[in-house]
Amino acid sequence: MAEPHTLQVDVVSAEGEIFSGRATMVFAPASEGDIGVAPRHAPLLSTLKPGEVRVRTPAGEELFFFVGGGAIEVQPHRVTVLADTALRAKDLDEAAALAAKQRAEEALKDRSSHISQAEALAELARAAAQLKLIAKLRKVRG
Amino acid sequence: MPGTKEIRAKITSVKNTQKITRAMQMVATSKMRRAQERMRAARPYADKMRSVIANLSAANPDYHSPFLQDRPTVGAIGIIVVSTDRGLAGALNANVFKQTLLLMREWQDTGAAVKLCLIGAKAMTFFRRLDTPIAANVSHLGDRPHVKDLIGTVKVMLDEYSDGTIDRLFLVGSEFVNTMTQRPVVTQLLPVAEPPAEDLQEHWDYIYEPEAAQILDALLMRYIESQVYRAAVENVASEMAARMVAMKAATDNAGKLINEMQLIYNKARQAAITKELAEIVGGAAAV
Repeated sequence: MAEPHTLQVDVVSAEGEIFSGRATMVFAPASEGDIGVAPRHAPLLSTLKPGEVRVRTPAGEELFFFVGGGAIEVQPHRVTVLADTALRAKDLDEAAALAAKQRAEEALKDRSSHISQAEALAELARAAAQLKLIAKLRKVRG
Repeated sequence: MPGTKEIRAKITSVKNTQKITRAMQMVATSKMRRAQERMRAARPYADKMRSVIANLSAANPDYHSPFLQDRPTVGAIGIIVVSTDRGLAGALNANVFKQTLLLMREWQDTGAAVKLCLIGAKAMTFFRRLDTPIAANVSHLGDRPHVKDLIGTVKVMLDEYSDGTIDRLFLVGSEFVNTMTQRPVVTQLLPVAEPPAEDLQEHWDYIYEPEAAQILDALLMRYIESQVYRAAVENVASEMAARMVAMKAATDNAGKLINEMQLIYNKARQAAITKELAEIVGGAAAV
């Protein structure tokens, strides 16, 4: 299986494996410019920009994968693409962090919000129903 | 026939409840399988990430990423708590919260402050009663959590760590052992535990684009995110398994209750018939 002029390529993301197989050539959008990786490439580690990863299989087919960024690790006979599933940018991350903080603050602000009130009511209804059933069973049996 | 009508109505209502619990049990079973698959799917990424990080930190002993370094004094810790959004899942959330409280007390006894980051609505309802500050919160991730929904929440904690507001970061979640067993587990996220030495047997230096330090920090950040993502997915699997078991117990209990009530109903019915017969016979004798 391990032919001398092919690479083992793994494209993985946190949510699952995207591609795993052999290839004669891999192209990737590295952060310092697009790169093409052939077998016996020098070990390289680079971050990726959002873009397209192209994999040329031994059968001559070309496969395309979109990555939202991430990293690529190149070893002489192995290429690993650690893809981001989401589009990442510094300000986007910042906005997401801010939103998470705000959610926490808002949830804390109204401690007696309707959610907990609804929960208490449901609890009360459940207890009342149970009591009623117990009383009824007792009456029937007794 | 006193009472028979009420008993019959009660039996119907319990039967209806049983129908619901049985349906919930079946839904949970199929959702659990899908969540387990997603758990498996997340594994290759974490494994690859770990080996790249191990290689990278071995090749760059002179760069000490703040994410890897143990801080001598711990003034405050952060805890990411992963819980479910909905109940009816047995003691799953309660166990996680108990573990979290133990961890909090353990560190508070050493004088460290605690900051929480909550994932899931149940954690929010539970921990907001305490005085512990809550730094970030995300809930309603659904049965298919996505990494992009977690980025912000994790980033809050990573930033706190980088700023020095917290010196250690823990993750508390449920470990899916099997369908019957889910265990609460505490994992230390930051500083990242030293990579195992066995991975380092054949290491090499890379060509870096851009700087090694930048890549390492970016990778470590992704690594932590992927761990939180894994915990979220594992939590869904645990939730479904716990709900499946809880709903099976509820269905069985409903069955027992129905049998019991059916017996009472039959007795009451028979008693009524006997009484009526006795009345008729008595009436006939009187005539």
